[in-house]
Amino acid sequence: MHKLKPITPLGGTEPKVDSFPGLTITENPTRALASLSARLGHESDCATKARDLIGVDLPGPGQTAAGQTYSAIWIGPDSWMIDADHASHEILAAELKAAVGDTASVVEQTDGWCRFDVSGPAVCDLFERLCNVDIRAMQAGTATRCSIHHIGCYLWCHEAGTAFSVLGLRSSAGSLHHGLVEIAQAVCTA
Amino acid sequence: MNSQTNRLNGGLVDQGQSLSFTFDGKRYQGHPGDTLASALLANGVRLMGRSFKYHRPRGVLTSGSEEPNALVELRSGGRQEPNTRATVAELYDGLQANSQNRWPSLKRDVLSVNDLFSNFLTAGFYYKTFMWPKAFWEKLYEPIIRNAAGLGRVSGEDDPDAYDKGFLHCDLLVIGAGPAGLMAALTAGRAGARVILADEDFVLGGRLNAESFELGGMAGSDWAAQAVAELSAMDNVRLLPRTTVIGAFDHGIYGAVERVADHLPTPAEGQPRQIMWRIYSKRALLCAGAMERPIAFANNDRPGIMMAGAVRAYANRWAVTPHQQVAVFTNNDDGHRTAADLIAKGVQVSAVIDTRADAPAVEGAELFAGAQVIGSKGRLGLETVTIRTAQGFTRDIICGGLAVSGGWNPNVHLTCHQRGRPQWDENLAAFVPGETLPVGMSVAGAAAGAMSTHGAVQTGAEGAIAALGDLGITAKAGDLPQAEDAPVNLQPFWHVSEGKGRAWLDQQNDVTVKDVKLAHQENYVSVEHLKRYTTLGMATDQGKTSNMGGLAVMAEMTGKSIPETGTTIFRPPYTPVPMGTLAGRAVGRHFHPVRQTPSHKWATEHGAVFTEVGDWLRAQWFPQPGETHWRQSVDREVLQTRASVGVCDVTTLGKIDVQGADAAAFLNKIYANGFAKLAVGKVRYGLMLREDGIAYDDGTAARLAEDHFVVTTTTANAVLVYRQMEFARQCLWPDLDVQLISTTEAWAQYAVAGPNSRALLEKIVDDVDLSSEAFPFMACAEITVCGGCRARLFRISFSGELAYEIAVPTRYGDALMRRLMEAGEEFDVVPYGTEALGVMRIEKGHAAGNEMNGTTTALNLGMGRMVSKKKDCVGNTLSERDGLNMADALRLVGFKPVDANETVAAGGHLMNADGPVDAAHDQGYVTSAAYSPVLQSSIGIGYLKNGAERMGEVLRLANPLEGSEVKVEVVSAHFVDPEGGRQRA
Repeated sequence: MHKLKPITPLGGTEPKVDSFPGLTITENPTRALASLSARLGHESDCATKARDLIGVDLPGPGQTAAGQTYSAIWIGPDSWMIDADHASHEILAAELKAAVGDTASVVEQTDGWCRFDVSGPAVCDLFERLCNVDIRAMQAGTATRCSIHHIGCYLWCHEAGTAFSVLGLRSSAGSLHHGLVEIAQAVCTA
Repeated sequence: MNSQTNRLNGGLVDQGQSLSFTFDGKRYQGHPGDTLASALLANGVRLMGRSFKYHRPRGVLTSGSEEPNALVELRSGGRQEPNTRATVAELYDGLQANSQNRWPSLKRDVLSVNDLFSNFLTAGFYYKTFMWPKAFWEKLYEPIIRNAAGLGRVSGEDDPDAYDKGFLHCDLLVIGAGPAGLMAALTAGRAGARVILADEDFVLGGRLNAESFELGGMAGSDWAAQAVAELSAMDNVRLLPRTTVIGAFDHGIYGAVERVADHLPTPAEGQPRQIMWRIYSKRALLCAGAMERPIAFANNDRPGIMMAGAVRAYANRWAVTPHQQVAVFTNNDDGHRTAADLIAKGVQVSAVIDTRADAPAVEGAELFAGAQVIGSKGRLGLETVTIRTAQGFTRDIICGGLAVSGGWNPNVHLTCHQRGRPQWDENLAAFVPGETLPVGMSVAGAAAGAMSTHGAVQTGAEGAIAALGDLGITAKAGDLPQAEDAPVNLQPFWHVSEGKGRAWLDQQNDVTVKDVKLAHQENYVSVEHLKRYTTLGMATDQGKTSNMGGLAVMAEMTGKSIPETGTTIFRPPYTPVPMGTLAGRAVGRHFHPVRQTPSHKWATEHGAVFTEVGDWLRAQWFPQPGETHWRQSVDREVLQTRASVGVCDVTTLGKIDVQGADAAAFLNKIYANGFAKLAVGKVRYGLMLREDGIAYDDGTAARLAEDHFVVTTTTANAVLVYRQMEFARQCLWPDLDVQLISTTEAWAQYAVAGPNSRALLEKIVDDVDLSSEAFPFMACAEITVCGGCRARLFRISFSGELAYEIAVPTRYGDALMRRLMEAGEEFDVVPYGTEALGVMRIEKGHAAGNEMNGTTTALNLGMGRMVSKKKDCVGNTLSERDGLNMADALRLVGFKPVDANETVAAGGHLMNADGPVDAAHDQGYVTSAAYSPVLQSSIGIGYLKNGAERMGEVLRLANPLEGSEVKVEVVSAHFVDPEGGRQRA
């Protein structure tokens, strides 16, 4: 094990948790990410090999797919973000590359992003003041790109109406967190 | 005890509870449910403001958001809000309001002297009078006019409150919660559609709360309350009271302002004062109702003269009358309702003056059919009106209130926000929505010209059914509640010709019938010209009560019909929106998001001074104890780096991962210079051109594998270059197998520069041979550091020293910075910021954004040969344009002052040693300059005509802005180590 001690996107040694009546915002640095983009002409091979690794079909536009270990978010034509536990899959990109070979390009994206898990009954009240997504209509297992607090984000719905993750630029974690918390204070009244 | 002399019984106010408030410092009582206007009227206060231009005493005209007169300053300090309509300001305990545009007091206003000079202050007065001398306008005339005229004032203090923005989605947006809107929402809500019902009022129901007639066998207000209760219980319906839909925008998007906390002394902790909602609707049904219009007559602006529908609303909803004696002046049956309702409430109705000869009979008041009001009297408030009877006699009627009705105008505003034009309805003598409506919008109720309550509920239900039908949602037409269905019975009548004194059309802007006639006389006959020339329909109310009157007078003058005369353009917002609501949360330091570098925490701990580079915060320099000037810090950082080793966070530079079988071919087309043959494990400097041949961005590309490159860009252009590359990939060469993704954020990257950089890094890396033989200049490799942390190492140099850039996953960036500083202690390692970075690159003659400024070419940069002619690339052909390849083209060179004590200023222009100093003799300009602690002199780089051939020449560097002129010598731009031996060491 190397000697470099990681910090979270918000700069702490432990993830930050903010609780409000009806809402919890948790910084989540425990996920590894890698992008997967099919090479031209190898799209179906890529899909097959990725399915062999993940255990489920790669999702279509607006969708995500969850396997036992890995999840996938559609991020563009023939492109996905693959997600796995960081502690056990820090070198997710290498694992993925080994699985898909020359059928796809794989890029480590883990630390390109900060992730906040937002849950509770007030979650729709929160996001309807943060982004133009039809948050109340968003179904579990869907994800979309949006702008929150002027920051390009992915919004990932785990449970309709109650549990979402928002992924934004890691360098702007502080601003994104500020944006989430100030609106949480506005929508969560005791 | 009870000072509310004009409070009646009943109403929708809670007369069991009292609220205390002040107006101009005097304390009054009102009740929950009151507006400031209703509470003032209850207390016998009719005078509420002074007019814009003539400072005439004015009272409240309406009971709604269209109010032109009763504008007050609400609250104080940072929360002071000017031009608040007293008619929509909800009363709360402790409310503090002040009248505006008067001095020293509302009752005794010195500037009311303006009124005596009204003959000189007519339309166009400013344009005619203050034309010369020209210089007087800004210094003299404008300040005087601004002081004399105008509305409320802002306190100048920061607004302490927050404002939110939000986004809502629905199948059907119903705008307005009167009988039509409530019926529409009920119909759509019962069908299961996602419905939003927005209304500007704090009590939903619209005119149902203001009228005395029944709906569905119960009081209108009870029916409204019952409908609201049913809607509130539906999960698929969202009620937005206190929410004004301010504009209809593209694709069914509506803007709406919700006043969350305006009815409270201060917003609750964490709550915004207002929310600007963007509503994405599949369909919208406009149920905005109608607005009553006045009839202009001489001195029709006296406090106490009000709209008849407003007087009725005050009586029925707020249990208030403007006076115990009220007369009615009308041209239609609706005015008679006011008389009847007032009589029922025990108010004495002195007379009903109806312009129609066949006016219906009135019970309980004297009727003057075929009569007109030709004047009014009363200081600071109405005392009598003078009428001309049908028989030609004049008669004075004693009254402290006059309820005027000239008919009703459907609220077509939102139907016109996409440039639709309303159409004329002869029966109503009013404009109704035209055929071209914003996409997805339909109109119901009075807004559509259905003026009865039955018409409202019927068209509301039908409108909802039709709108949902378009969406494939079946809604059922339930039984409509029983409602009055009186026809509109009106004889158009716009202004009384007879009478001494001015007849006011636009009370907010002090525009009279005579002003419109003058505009006509001076040929400002187009309605848009009429508006600008007279100011009719400008300012906070945008002529809601006045435009029609103005149009009618203009039509009369031109001999055209009103529809031929036309209306001015309706534009959002429907009612005024505070600036704070438009800004939302993006204020102060949250105006834009901040991007922090991986070493931000460390840099903060070490006292870094930060600078903004786009959204990034970068350390600019690191002051040490004893350093009192930034130059001391920067000079030290430069000297120590060049003497030993320095570390700089360069994470902000864009990093784009380029992969695919055609990655090399792709980069060969993107960059001006060749990349196809770059060996794996090597880095190359690359220059990108724009399509027009101008230099775009520069950086490096490192080849990590045959099919894998990492491209770096400048910090400022990271997004632009990525976007340009995506465009090229998707649109220019879709047949190439290339995949792109940004990794800027994913890696923390540090420049480690200086003669001891290798020695320092050797302590960090895991078993990597860093010797020049094994890892030469421009090498790159994927390695591990600090006992196994994956990393990328590049041997590149911006400073001109032996240098590397080392990258680790961002989460380890903070730790790596600490480790580098710890390991570098023995070398006296120094962190350096962007300022030292800039000094060193200028000393080295490296181009940056100042040099690639959007006007310069590879040739100008001295990189003409890099534009390979063996291949094509973006910008290659157009870089060959004659104009970009003149014999005396600008060339990047260096400059030193002849006198070492003088300063080379960036931005200065170069002139020959002799001759004129002007644009015609311009020889070039200095793009970047710095003090070089190495050379102990100010230095600069910049562009000089035919510069490469002019080494040693002395020029004048002119800085006319600061009035300086410095003699400079043309030198090579490579001040330090021109042979490049150090970076290859």
